[in-house]
Amino acid sequence: MRAKHLIPIVYILFLMLPIYWLIAMSVKTTNEILAGFTLFPQDFTMDNYVKIFTDPTWYWGYINSIIYVSLNTIISILVALPAAYAFSRYRFLGDKQLFFWLLTNRMAPAAVFALPFFQLYSAVGLFDTHLAVALAHTLFNVPLAVWILEGFMRGVPKELDETAYVDGYSFPHFFGKIFLPNIASGVGVAAFFCFMFSWVELLLAKTLTAVEAKPIAATMTRTASSAGYELGLLAAAGTLTIIPGAIVIYFVRNYIAKGFALGRV
Amino acid sequence: MAEIRLEHLRHSYMPNPQGPDDYALKEVDVTWEDGGAYALLGPSGCGKSTLLNIVSGLLAPSEGRILFDGQDVTGLPPDKRNIAQVFQFPVIYDTMTVRQNLAFPLKNRGVAPARIAERVAEIAAMLEVEDMLDTRAAHLSPDNKQKISMGRGLVRDDVNVVMFDEPLTVIDPHLKWKLRSKLKELHQRVRATMIYVTHDQTEALTFADKVVVMQEGEVVQIGTPVELFERPAHTFVGHFIGSPGMNILPGRVDAGQVMLGDVAVPMAGRVAGDGAVEIGVRPEFVELGDTGLPATVARVSDVGRHAIVEARLGDLTVKAKVEGTPPPAGTDVRLSFRPDRTRAYRDGWNVTEDAA
Amino acid sequence: MKTENQKAWFFVLPVLLLVAFNALVPIMTVVNYSVQETFGDNLFFWQGLDWFQQLLNSERFYAALGRQFLFTGIILAIEVPLGILIALSMPRKGIWVPVCLVLMALPMLIPWNVVGAMWNIFALPKIGMLGYFLNDVLGVPYDMTQNPLAAWITIIVMDVWHWTSLVVLLSYAGLVSISDAYYQAARIDGASRWSVFRYIELPKMKSVLTIAILLRFMDSFNIYTEPFVLTGGGPGNSTTLLSIDLVKIALGQFDLGPAAAMSLIYFAITLLVSWVFYSLMTKDDAK
Repeated sequence: MRAKHLIPIVYILFLMLPIYWLIAMSVKTTNEILAGFTLFPQDFTMDNYVKIFTDPTWYWGYINSIIYVSLNTIISILVALPAAYAFSRYRFLGDKQLFFWLLTNRMAPAAVFALPFFQLYSAVGLFDTHLAVALAHTLFNVPLAVWILEGFMRGVPKELDETAYVDGYSFPHFFGKIFLPNIASGVGVAAFFCFMFSWVELLLAKTLTAVEAKPIAATMTRTASSAGYELGLLAAAGTLTIIPGAIVIYFVRNYIAKGFALGRV
Repeated sequence: MAEIRLEHLRHSYMPNPQGPDDYALKEVDVTWEDGGAYALLGPSGCGKSTLLNIVSGLLAPSEGRILFDGQDVTGLPPDKRNIAQVFQFPVIYDTMTVRQNLAFPLKNRGVAPARIAERVAEIAAMLEVEDMLDTRAAHLSPDNKQKISMGRGLVRDDVNVVMFDEPLTVIDPHLKWKLRSKLKELHQRVRATMIYVTHDQTEALTFADKVVVMQEGEVVQIGTPVELFERPAHTFVGHFIGSPGMNILPGRVDAGQVMLGDVAVPMAGRVAGDGAVEIGVRPEFVELGDTGLPATVARVSDVGRHAIVEARLGDLTVKAKVEGTPPPAGTDVRLSFRPDRTRAYRDGWNVTEDAA
Repeated sequence: MKTENQKAWFFVLPVLLLVAFNALVPIMTVVNYSVQETFGDNLFFWQGLDWFQQLLNSERFYAALGRQFLFTGIILAIEVPLGILIALSMPRKGIWVPVCLVLMALPMLIPWNVVGAMWNIFALPKIGMLGYFLNDVLGVPYDMTQNPLAAWITIIVMDVWHWTSLVVLLSYAGLVSISDAYYQAARIDGASRWSVFRYIELPKMKSVLTIAILLRFMDSFNIYTEPFVLTGGGPGNSTTLLSIDLVKIALGQFDLGPAAAMSLIYFAITLLVSWVFYSLMTKDDAK
């Protein structure tokens, strides 16, 4: 091992330290936590996890989050695909302006949109539904998905389209059977980003939900304030929020480096 | 400039090579003379790039030594070997101008600015790129980019060797011959030792004074283009060089006579030992006439100035290159092989003891 | 070459409708609020540009804006060089690469309020690992609920922890796309390590770095959840960044007019800086 490899190792240790701390705390009893610092759990307990998996207000938080995140990922990719195709293949009136306008939505501070979103989604009767959060998150995920997919599509030579038409493929058939498999890794990378930004965002998700579609992260904040200092429970809930992300990264691990490089970057 | 000697060079990409099959390079002994133009020719995966990278120092050989003018450089890194290399894909520094690109190798070695300017001007004139000296290299066309990377190789006048790793791969066909003749011309002017790696026989034969033919990690023959054509040392050379390649026919040695079927075929020299051999003769040296082996013309393909006639000889096919009007398919003909260009091969290697 | 085809609009239509619904209606709402005064129950009075004037004359706004620029400036100055350095020192291939990438991406996939809560607990004196280590092992007095400097350092370290990996991943992607021939040519040309970085690696990373810096700028400029959960903007107002202040005004005091005016100015600043930055970074390519 060379000396320069120490840098990423130290960095990863730095990243893992708070995560380790969270996990360690989640298997400690409240007494142990409040009694003072211990590096390893002295009094190992799974009570916090048992509580989360048996209390509907807790586990429904996870289910809600997963529902709207998946919904958002699907919607974002579905609408972004044809748009990215158009941007990568055609010139049309206002295309550049449109592209830039889409990107500006990625720059909008969520805080700016919190209140108008609340009113908008209440007005159309979607308040406190999974769909509301999923749609709201498309505000920043669709531009990003279009951006990433457009980059991948541009890398696919136009001759592919032309050959397919010469061979008598219809457009939908060509798109699904030939084109999509060619940009599969792009779709993977875009889906990863949509999942990520929808999963981690809370301000809008919290504003647009009350009971029915309340995300897990919001359940946690409520617990933190109402139930006093149940740090162990909070840590267990936090640990569980890391897991879906970890699973998703595991699936796209081979695309991460390659995907970024191929994309329109 | 320097003479380059490779002694008992072997290389394996595996940590613990077992048999000869684990070696990408099996025992190479070559001497490249000072100022020569050499080509390293072979199909993809024959080990020629491995050999090149060992000479340049990008790769350390598993066994053997590399000597530049008798001095052992095996352990030296590329920048200490004083060599230059041009890669398959043009390597240029995008953010620099053409001038800065050409000056870069000199600047890194602390050459005086006046001398740098002088050399850059000289090389730019040779390459005919003076008018683009101040453009950003990123904006050049692929053939100009490749010219600039050649220029970076040639700009140092003290290099031991300039190596070219399939430098024309990304160049348009109509520009290929232009760059190739430019390269030949450059060699004559600077008289540097040059090694040109390629899988294209035309490139190798037109560029080099001497060609090293490689196959599966082995050097099968080193010779001038004429030698490779007239006296292939291995059936691979006969087959790989020439278009179409050499005819290789099964034969056997019987009491000193090489037999094709039951007919004795005269050879360029004596063939020792009895048993099965392969008879090799190039289509150029197969004559259609009134005497010789009876055969039937199966197919004729006209390729311009001459025609390739495929004749059936029993269940064998023999190709012949015919000037003038070829006989039509179905004609019965008689084939004769020019004796001084016909050789016997055993396990691929020439076993004919001819004058050469 | 792209072909001219106006029918391409049909492909873009779904995106257009969706984003228009999400962006145009709320933006109009905000514009609407920004020029009116409300007393609840849908009573609105025309206010003109008063809110904008008031805001642009208020010290509170400039203080928050200043803190915002300071924060973004500091984290960019740390995360970008650090990210590049880490990407440069990572191995290019081998079984450890995917492991490293997955571990590095992990913090980015934790919900933002969990990140805030995690660091809040992590930094607690006596109980938290960081708080305990600093106070009881090193003897450095550290309490971010009391000391503004400690609060700032904690927020910055948290952001570095959270987002440096984005720069690492993007830079790394740029680095692995450089073919070996470039490094070999540089070695033969006798280039120094610095020259390799300056003339090969940096130019090749430029486009990914543009994205990384843009994303980091936008996201750090809009940051809300993590610092809010970590410090709540305190102690005092010392870590009240722009968006925290905005939410305080809009949802805390329910002053919709000033909040809306502030939103618009905020959005405009983000857009302007992003655009200037984007044009600067891509200027050379356009030529």
